[in-house]
Amino acid sequence: MATPEVIREAVRSFDLAVDSVRELNQALHRDLDGGRVVVRNPGGGHAVAVGLDAPFEVEIEGHVGYYCAGMNKLATVRVRGNCGVGVAENMMSGVVVVEGSASQSAGASARGGLLVIHGDASARCGISLKGADIVVRGSIGHMGAFMAQKGALVVCGDAGESLGDSLYEARLYVRGSVAGLGADCVEKEMRREHAEQVRELLARAEVDDVDASEFRRYGSARRLYNFHVDNLGSY
Amino acid sequence: MAAVSNGWHPGLRESATFDRGAIAEIQRAAREGMYDIRGFGAKRPVPHFDDLLFLGASVSRYPLEGYRERCGTDVLIGARHAREPVKLDIPITIAGMSFGALSGPAKEALGRGATEVGTSTTTGDGGMTAEEREHSRELVYQLLPSRYGMNPDDLRRADAIEVVVGQGAKPGGGGMLLGQKISDRVAEMRDLPIGIDQRSACRHPDWTGPDDLEIKIEELREITDWRIPIYVKVGASRTYYDVALAVKAGADAIVLDGMQGGTAATQDVFIEHVGIPILAAIPQAVESLVELGMHREVQLIVSGGIRSGADVAKALALGADAVSIGTAALIALGDNAPEHDAEYRAIGSAAGYYDDYQAGRDPAGISTQEPDLAARLDPVEGGRRLANYLRTMTLEAQTLARACGKSHLHNLEPEDLVALTIEAAAMARVPLAGTTWIPGLVASP
Ligand SMILES: Cc1cc2nc3c(=O)[nH]c(=O)nc-3n(C[C@H](O)[C@H](O)[C@H](O)COP(=O)(O)O)c2cc1C
Repeated sequence: MATPEVIREAVRSFDLAVDSVRELNQALHRDLDGGRVVVRNPGGGHAVAVGLDAPFEVEIEGHVGYYCAGMNKLATVRVRGNCGVGVAENMMSGVVVVEGSASQSAGASARGGLLVIHGDASARCGISLKGADIVVRGSIGHMGAFMAQKGALVVCGDAGESLGDSLYEARLYVRGSVAGLGADCVEKEMRREHAEQVRELLARAEVDDVDASEFRRYGSARRLYNFHVDNLGSY
Repeated sequence: MAAVSNGWHPGLRESATFDRGAIAEIQRAAREGMYDIRGFGAKRPVPHFDDLLFLGASVSRYPLEGYRERCGTDVLIGARHAREPVKLDIPITIAGMSFGALSGPAKEALGRGATEVGTSTTTGDGGMTAEEREHSRELVYQLLPSRYGMNPDDLRRADAIEVVVGQGAKPGGGGMLLGQKISDRVAEMRDLPIGIDQRSACRHPDWTGPDDLEIKIEELREITDWRIPIYVKVGASRTYYDVALAVKAGADAIVLDGMQGGTAATQDVFIEHVGIPILAAIPQAVESLVELGMHREVQLIVSGGIRSGADVAKALALGADAVSIGTAALIALGDNAPEHDAEYRAIGSAAGYYDDYQAGRDPAGISTQEPDLAARLDPVEGGRRLANYLRTMTLEAQTLARACGKSHLHNLEPEDLVALTIEAAAMARVPLAGTTWIPGLVASP
């Protein structure tokens, strides 16, 4: 008989061509110890590996649909493919790595943890971000960090139109061009502490071919924090 | 105004178009350059449950004996997909009202009152507080566009999830919480700076439209292992279609809030001019559910101006499975109470008129984050008053149902109702009293 240590070391694998997403998620919810899990043939399925609450290491071999790793806590989820809408939405902690590209609303409302996207991210990346950090190796689409409240968004490529519209206290760092800033978003001075934060996030994201000193910082002008009749045009 | 009422004489003629209210609002807008933001619900008259009457039993129907013959009130919500549907003893639930809009003691009192009579209460835009979880037997957890405080641990601790698409006071509008109510605790729960005027989104950050909603619901079910029901809340507007799409997206229950529905802070122009009365919305929702074969499968919970057991009975007779109350629950806790009149007057209002929930200066300690004011509401006493009120409404509804010969509130039906006005007859789709006329219902060609 295997000892408990041996069981924990064992890699459990699921084949979504055979097993249902429900079976996968329920198995991940029942085992509070964590461990290594490999998911094959995700087939663009939705809600793969959502609501995790333990230090799992989940590897997904292929493309997934909406809300992969949604509301993640503690687990590390790696997607060897592309992601649909809302990857790592409302993540609380842990790490989610997308080796391909991500669709809209990546990291929406995420409150903690780190989301790394090695390809590009589409519109509304980091929308309503609430404390998590996001590193995108490629570029992001329009309305990035819309109403983002807290946390950091690091974009190694370019950012689309209306970056940081109605931003609160989240910090945005972009290395390439910015097609346009949204309401109340302004470029801010990149001080030592900011370069330090970018360096640290790039290191955690294992992006080692990009220099932290090449980024520009954007943040809230805080002009819309209190209603004022003279700002009517911006509401 | 005082001068006019004291020195009034028949030669003074008020304009129906530019009445004193309209004049005061023009003057206010000219002075402040900003729309009016307030709490409470629509104040204009709209066709409502008062415009319906029960027929009661006589020779053609026989009544049930009051107090002796049973008239059931229980309701099961969300058995369509959930392993653990919500079981309520009475069909009157407490609507979602946020911590932030309301004080901690007020949230606790709502939980205590609801629990005492075996019904549910609901979180709101701002997350779940420990007080309300602890004191609520059945707690519905709202997933709102803002996602303030959204936490998977709270999802797992909830008894149901309510995906909020909109509310009756402002279908198509987002939330607001003005700076004076963003205390340290509220700011921390919402991940916002202290003291800012918070504008919360009107659309969800990670889905738009019915196809996405279906996938969102699937995700919530996966996170909670298909254990608890998922409601979808909509403000009453294009109700027939909204209900059909929500059902198709997989909702276990529909929460339908009419234009009279209360709010903590919304532009007055929004409250008064967007959405339709709950009376007009219920028949549309029921029609949609019936056509889909989902009436009584997917429960319909309606709100917007519910005040009494008569309102409850009429809503159920039109086909709802339950109702929910916001404003009335706050009044039961002590909102607008005469004992605070002097203090209401000191801040430019009066008992019976107070609607400045957005301002955070509530002398009753309900719609405030000021610790001194909040401490005025005793949650135990408030909970008891709410329980009394819920029991009274239930007894009233049972009285009417027995008079119609029904052994359960859910046996009430449109056939028990008539309308007092042509408008109500057309909206509620019941005949004008004394006639067989239902305006607008034409036999299909
Ligand atoms: C103070 C207050 C706060 C509210 N907060 C929320 C909220 O956070 N989320 C929500 O969906 N509805 C909210 N509502 C609307 C209620 O859930 C409900 O739809 C409405 O109050 C029902 O109408 P009634 O007040 O006439 O009973 C709030 C209402 C009030 C009065």
